[in-house]
Amino acid sequence: MEHRNANESSLVTVVINGETRQAMTEPRTLLAYFIRENLGMTGTHVGCDTTSCGACTVLMDGVPVKSCTVLAVQADHHALMTVEGLESIGGLHPLQQAFWDNHGLQCGFCTPGMLMTSTALLRDHPEPTETEVRHAISGNLCRCTGYVNIVKAIVNASQKMASEPAEV
Amino acid sequence: MFPSAFSYVAPNTLDETYELLEQYGDDAKVLAGGQSLLPMMKLRLAAPGMLVDIGQVPHLATQHESPDALRIGALTRHAILDSKQFDRYPLLSQTAPWIADPLVRNRGTMGGSLAHADPAADWGATLLALKASVQLASHERQRLVALHDFFVDVYTTALEPQELLTEIIVPAPLADSLVFGHYFKLERKVGDFAVVGVAVTASLTDDGTVSEAGIGLAAMGSIPLAAKKAAALLIGHRLTPELIKEVAQVAAQEGDPQSDRRGSEEYKRSMVRVYVQRGLAQIHQEWQVANQSIA
Repeated sequence: MEHRNANESSLVTVVINGETRQAMTEPRTLLAYFIRENLGMTGTHVGCDTTSCGACTVLMDGVPVKSCTVLAVQADHHALMTVEGLESIGGLHPLQQAFWDNHGLQCGFCTPGMLMTSTALLRDHPEPTETEVRHAISGNLCRCTGYVNIVKAIVNASQKMASEPAEV
Repeated sequence: MFPSAFSYVAPNTLDETYELLEQYGDDAKVLAGGQSLLPMMKLRLAAPGMLVDIGQVPHLATQHESPDALRIGALTRHAILDSKQFDRYPLLSQTAPWIADPLVRNRGTMGGSLAHADPAADWGATLLALKASVQLASHERQRLVALHDFFVDVYTTALEPQELLTEIIVPAPLADSLVFGHYFKLERKVGDFAVVGVAVTASLTDDGTVSEAGIGLAAMGSIPLAAKKAAALLIGHRLTPELIKEVAQVAAQEGDPQSDRRGSEEYKRSMVRVYVQRGLAQIHQEWQVANQSIA
């Protein structure tokens, strides 16, 4: 049985974007802060910090979750994927490219969360309708775009990924 | 934001969990999906000294359907009930998509939601309409508590500090009837708490007589409520427009909603009336379609 004392740091091990990383942290550290401050990966954003905005969305064992509302110790020995994991040697992920091409961002603060949620969506539903896209991203808030270009980008990416499966 | 300091323990078995709850009592809080507890801890509305994470306890996230009931493990995430259809329990998959947002549904659990006992929670209304019970377990005893007796007050349940909610038991509908269910939620924006939530379920026999019915209300009082008087009026009758109207009016008078920034008491009652009427009318229509296709 795993036991960690209050105010004491203990080791948390995660496989993040395929790489095993470890850091010492307190039980009360939230996953978003662990990723940003302990692991130094600042692609994951903290927006509202109240489980509303979804800017902090990461994939935990493949499932999109709000990392401001998961404890780092709960992620111990779990697999994580953040926005940093999308880009490959070949360049931007088709979703990232589609956001660029379709002006799916303005200030860009919500984008990491949007990308992670839509990554999971396209994995489970490779050809979503516009309605399905809108439902899927309903836990991710954007205060700039009005969502139109984000939805366009995700639909566009799904079409590209369907026609060029080798890139995925 | 971060919570007050706490110790963290992740038991591997139910026995270990019961031992910990026994040992730490009121100072311990059970962590399931954490989608209500962690936000409350971050806002320092809750500051448990010990967090017991039951995420590694096996067999708590299963669903078993038998002829007489559906047993839902407490750690069943909302998203599971969003994607999985239980044909005899249509109200469950009607309710799940209304809970918070997809990301929260990927973490939050049915047992956690019930134990949290938010009066505006969607599962409370739906499971009351379905006359569900919860299994509460500790080292000492196992007890089955009707959901009606489980909710005590705002954020307060019949759970003793040493007890764990392990399972939700939904009784099966009558075999000779067709069962229907709808959930309505008035929310200001996606993911918000309900202004009001209304769960309506009814079983109809071959000739359209209501053999079973339930109406659950969210955010209409200090606990999730069952509109019992209204539901009782339906039993043994057909869903005529007059009856539907009467039942909706009675349902709107049950509960004790407070006027707040989400709406006035009058508005909330009116919306309950509208939703009960809409739900029953839809059920009647669906029954007609189903009956025609059988005939």
